[in-house]
Amino acid sequence: MIKAILIFNNHGKPRLSKFYQRYSEDTQQQIIRETFHLVSKRDENVCNFLEGGLLIGGSDNKLIYRHYATLYFVFCVDSSESELGILDLIQVFVETLDKCFENVCELDLIFHVDKVHNILAEMVMGGMVLETNMNEIVTQIDAQNKLEKSEAGLAGAPARAVSAVKNMNLPEIPRNINIGDISIKVPNLPTFK
Amino acid sequence: MALKMVKGSIDRMFDKNLQDLVRGIRNHKEDEAKYISQCIDEIKQELKQDNIAVKSNAVCKLTYLQMLGYDISWAAFNIIEVMSASKFTFKRIGYLAASQCFHEGTDVIMLTTNQIRKDLSSPNQYDTGVALTGLSCFVTPDLARDLANDIMTLMSHTKPYIRKKAVLIMYKVFLKYPESLRPAFPRLKEKLEDPDPGVQSAAVNVICELARRNPKNYLSLAPLFFKLMTSSTNNWVLIKIIKLFGALTPLEPRLGKKLIEPLTNLIHSTSAMSLLYECVNTVIAVLISLSSGMPNHSASIQLCVQKLRILIEDSDQNLKYLGLLAMSKILKTHPKSVQSHKDLILQCLDDKDESIRLRALDLLYGMVSKKNLMEIVKKLMIHVDKAEGTTYRDELLTKIIDICSQSNYQYITNFEWYISILVELTRLEGTRHGHLIAAQMLDVAIRVKAIRKFAVSQMAMLLDNAHLIASNTQRNGICEVLYAAAWICGEFSEHLEEANQTLEAMLRPKVTTLPGHIQAVYVQNMVKLYASILQQKEQSGEKEAAQEITQLMIERLPQFVQSADLEVQERASCILQLIKYIQKLQIKEVPVAEEVIALFAGELNPVAPKAQKKVPVPEGLDLDAWINEPPSDSESEDEKPKTIFHDEEQRHSRHRQPEIDEEELARRREARKQEQANNPFYIKSSPSPQKRYQDTPGVEHIPVVQIDLSVPLKVPGMPMSDQYVKLEEERRHKQKLEKDKKKKKQKKEKRGKHHRHNSLHTESEEDITPAHHVDIITEEMPENALPSDEDDKDPNDPYKALDIDLDKPLADSEKLPVQRHRNAETLKSPDSEAPPVEKSKKPKKKEKKHREKERDKGKKKEKEKKVVEEEEEKKGEDLDFWLSTAPPPVSTAQPQSGPEVSAAVVAEPEEVKKEEREEQQEEDEGKKSSKHKKKKHKKEKEEKSKDKKKSKKKHHSEEEATESVQNGTLDDEPLPPMSSYRLLAENPYIKMTYDIQGNLQNDSQVTVSVIFENKSTSFLKSMELNVLDSLNTKMLRPEGSSVHDGIPVPFQLPPGISNEAQFVFTLQSIVMAQKLKGTLSFIVKNDEGSTHEKLDFKLHFSCASYLITTPCYSDAFAKLLESGDLHMSSIKVDGISISFQHLLAKICFHHHFSVVERVDSCASMYSRSIQGHHVCLLVKKGENSVSIDGKCSDSTLLSNLLDEMKETLSKC
Repeated sequence: MIKAILIFNNHGKPRLSKFYQRYSEDTQQQIIRETFHLVSKRDENVCNFLEGGLLIGGSDNKLIYRHYATLYFVFCVDSSESELGILDLIQVFVETLDKCFENVCELDLIFHVDKVHNILAEMVMGGMVLETNMNEIVTQIDAQNKLEKSEAGLAGAPARAVSAVKNMNLPEIPRNINIGDISIKVPNLPTFK
Repeated sequence: MALKMVKGSIDRMFDKNLQDLVRGIRNHKEDEAKYISQCIDEIKQELKQDNIAVKSNAVCKLTYLQMLGYDISWAAFNIIEVMSASKFTFKRIGYLAASQCFHEGTDVIMLTTNQIRKDLSSPNQYDTGVALTGLSCFVTPDLARDLANDIMTLMSHTKPYIRKKAVLIMYKVFLKYPESLRPAFPRLKEKLEDPDPGVQSAAVNVICELARRNPKNYLSLAPLFFKLMTSSTNNWVLIKIIKLFGALTPLEPRLGKKLIEPLTNLIHSTSAMSLLYECVNTVIAVLISLSSGMPNHSASIQLCVQKLRILIEDSDQNLKYLGLLAMSKILKTHPKSVQSHKDLILQCLDDKDESIRLRALDLLYGMVSKKNLMEIVKKLMIHVDKAEGTTYRDELLTKIIDICSQSNYQYITNFEWYISILVELTRLEGTRHGHLIAAQMLDVAIRVKAIRKFAVSQMAMLLDNAHLIASNTQRNGICEVLYAAAWICGEFSEHLEEANQTLEAMLRPKVTTLPGHIQAVYVQNMVKLYASILQQKEQSGEKEAAQEITQLMIERLPQFVQSADLEVQERASCILQLIKYIQKLQIKEVPVAEEVIALFAGELNPVAPKAQKKVPVPEGLDLDAWINEPPSDSESEDEKPKTIFHDEEQRHSRHRQPEIDEEELARRREARKQEQANNPFYIKSSPSPQKRYQDTPGVEHIPVVQIDLSVPLKVPGMPMSDQYVKLEEERRHKQKLEKDKKKKKQKKEKRGKHHRHNSLHTESEEDITPAHHVDIITEEMPENALPSDEDDKDPNDPYKALDIDLDKPLADSEKLPVQRHRNAETLKSPDSEAPPVEKSKKPKKKEKKHREKERDKGKKKEKEKKVVEEEEEKKGEDLDFWLSTAPPPVSTAQPQSGPEVSAAVVAEPEEVKKEEREEQQEEDEGKKSSKHKKKKHKKEKEEKSKDKKKSKKKHHSEEEATESVQNGTLDDEPLPPMSSYRLLAENPYIKMTYDIQGNLQNDSQVTVSVIFENKSTSFLKSMELNVLDSLNTKMLRPEGSSVHDGIPVPFQLPPGISNEAQFVFTLQSIVMAQKLKGTLSFIVKNDEGSTHEKLDFKLHFSCASYLITTPCYSDAFAKLLESGDLHMSSIKVDGISISFQHLLAKICFHHHFSVVERVDSCASMYSRSIQGHHVCLLVKKGENSVSIDGKCSDSTLLSNLLDEMKETLSKC
């Protein structure tokens, strides 16, 4: 079981938090802080597994994380999950994000956290892995987006126009915090079929 | 209308959307909180509007704020409103918000039941999907109960997208509503073979998760998972299954044996590290479960260790980490194979990655031996010095202690060395583990008698240098060791050389800065010291010195009397008075030492940790019974004679508090005053407490002993552990030389001095004798201690509720609750915001219903139980059968490789099989006979017949017969042995028997199992089976082969051996019996050469072989008959002589029926075909005849079935 999925940036700012166990909002923030503290002080070239978060820890649990440019993707899992498997799942997740956002960067996650949630929901459900096939995930997401568009229809047009206007100044914010090096994979790991 | 909508959306396009909110927060870095609270106010306004788009926008923003740590539960109702929007766009936002913030405590959650149900049955798959996803996060027991049935229906949805979500969410439902597990399980199991890989993977996921918690209930699924494992190519699924097997093997060693081969193959073949790693892990689990008496698996261990070494040597830190992790599992059972990689593991200790160092430390635990313990610990001590973070250093410290103390100090040959290691460890600053070191010191000093002298001298030194240890009291973890030091010096003071000095060290004023519990030990033990000094001085006649020491005590003790710690204070004042008394006696020149020392006479022995728990309750003692009659409230009590106990009377008076008279109260007040007056902690005008201390000198008068100025940082005279390493080497060398000499003269003498572990030592280790005569005192246990060592299970385990036997057939009462009275209105209006009052009533109603159902359940339980037991037996047998006899599917899939090799392979399992079968039968017999004694006749009979039915060809009649005679309780004659295997063809070389079984998972397939028996003395090989397909029935051939190709039999037959192969046939129609012509070709090889032979046969597919024994309950049966869409037909057979019991058994066995109900000589029976035809029978026995009425959804099938039955019966 996956207990929690956290994404935060190099400064510990949460970009997505998904807990599959009930914690109060305060505890959630504490967990995020603690996890950031644990993860951020680790060197780049050490292993991606980590025991002993106090709050979400417990002897059975492990933190499995990956660091992409400005973002940490952290999965807290129990012993029923394969460590390497989860690492690969994070890779699939990031690649899916990359596909859905077309060259994903931290800004996408900042402004569209709801979409990230929707993508995640197609991969992990209630703490269990639902789908590991990227194409399948992307197909479902596309279909849902299409449905959304058709629902917006006529009424959605002005809203889209406005948001386009609002976003006009967006490119000013440098897009160079690109997640970037997602092509780095765990060696010898074929992605799931 | 459209215009209005456009207008509405133009209005709101100037509302903040999520992006605006995020941007706003980023632009208000200084006053973020203020800005957000402003936004929340806006959101509250937006939520009040009717426009659902505005609302959902607000909820979307709230979801973001939730991530930032804001509690949004106040908007729960609005979230539900958005969830119930008709548009998917909004619905999704609502469900997302709900999944982030709803939980069991959310009170409005019960309002969602109907909405979710509606969404689950929505024609739009994404509505359903989003509802399932949301529900998976916030499902509550109520929701689970109310929606279980709906979700279960979705498990068979046409869209795999929905199916996989529904399957996955079932796990959450089970957790919240464990009663749903049994009714839903069959379908879940079905999903393991779903055509869609996603659904299959979801089902595997759920079952693995379930099985992880309660593995024994899922053992019967092992064959199915085995099949999946050998057929699946999805790594994710494979990993899950392999992990699951890891959990199952400890329960069933035979499973492990079966797994080794395919797992080893996977290890060799896979390129995915994740899969390789899990395979290795499971192989390790298997080896652990087989570790007793399976020496021939050393190859597998070697393979694992070798693969792990590759992982550890890899440059990827992740693989290194996992390699070490898995290695530590092997270590437990096969330490030898890991020990050979000591170099690698020690190397990992120097890794820059802390996680890896920690894993390597874990491994060290198992690497030590008597030989290398000192060396390894030395290395660790260097690491301790180098370590930066305290956590890692603390970890090192605990590991050093763990390693040394493991299995009763098995590897320590020199306890002086160990004590000095412990003393060295006390120099660690800021460690949290002072108490651990202290505990070790105490343990060693108490249990190793020979070391006490040395230990005491070391401890005295510690006490003398206490200021070094206690200096950093703010992080005072390490000062715990002073506790041990003080106690050891006091308790074993007879070994102390300079007791005076130690006593003085303990009386230093600085001691009062130590924690209270340590001071208390100081105080208590300085008296012990004092006592022994006194004795010493008195014996040697130094009266002056004796009085001096008494004076010292009297001077210094008051500092403890003033302690804020109650314990210290109490002990100190008590002891001070005692010593004052002694002083008086000393002045009178009365010898007192003997009496003082008597205070501490006797030795304290260590007590085993569980000793208290294991004291057996003596016979006849009822701990719950009243010792005295419980005090009654009646007044008669007063009349009791007052002669019993003085204080009991007092207690009575306290009980009757309200009736105390004025006088008594006054007296008490007085007493309390007195008490307060004597208590120094009551601040009051009375000067009495100060007075008490007036006769003692003030603190400033204490002569300060000049100490510690010249003390170097290294504790003087403290032996360095390193010296011991050198000494030890020399000693061992000498010993070895001596030994060699001895050996020549006499046979090896056993020299291991340990009481307990002699048997564990390997020869090489036994050569090293401990430096001291080590006398480890074993811990005391009470007499007749109970041997049980069961660990207490956690009663609060949430998974315990899921410990449910899944093999029992379902009872009628076990159905998921279905909501019958639907709220029609809510169904009609899609965009409803139905009044909450109306909805909130519903759950209560449902609850009631649920309760009623449970009552029903109780009633039916009895009936159910009977069936359950039978079924259990059956299941158990099925698994046994699979584990012991069925040829592993892998071997069928494997092409033949060199003849010799495969022949050997085949021959072996056959032998093993036979043995196992015998064993199994013995077991079964044992089981049964013990059961029989307990059960009533009737049940027995049924069980018997069932057993027979299921026993197939594997059970031989003799055993069965003897068994029933032995038991002697049966009033029916035993059933004759039955075998469903019919003769297929026979010639002088080979005999073929076959059986046809329907395939439950596939409605157009049957499996033909053929047993080939080599009757000749020659070797049979290259067997190939071919049949002439008919239009209706075809043999399933591997892809690419033509219809004329035969299928090779996947084994060869040495003389006298038989083996079984399975062939799958596909059919279109199953209403008619079929016959297929076929040929078996094979090569006979003997000394004279080899010849080609052929054997023709006719495969007879009877209609009965398309039936699958399916249990059915009488009410379902009745409903089926009532439904009226069944065709009817009947037969009558005369001249039946066998008993009705046998008759039914025969029908059950040969025609795959099950008995629904039996009344006297009349029985109803049921079966189902693989294509889902229901077949119902009513069997009546007359005088000499039997009539059978049948009903079936297909008339042709029925008449054919009845014909077959007629034939069977007429043989009777």
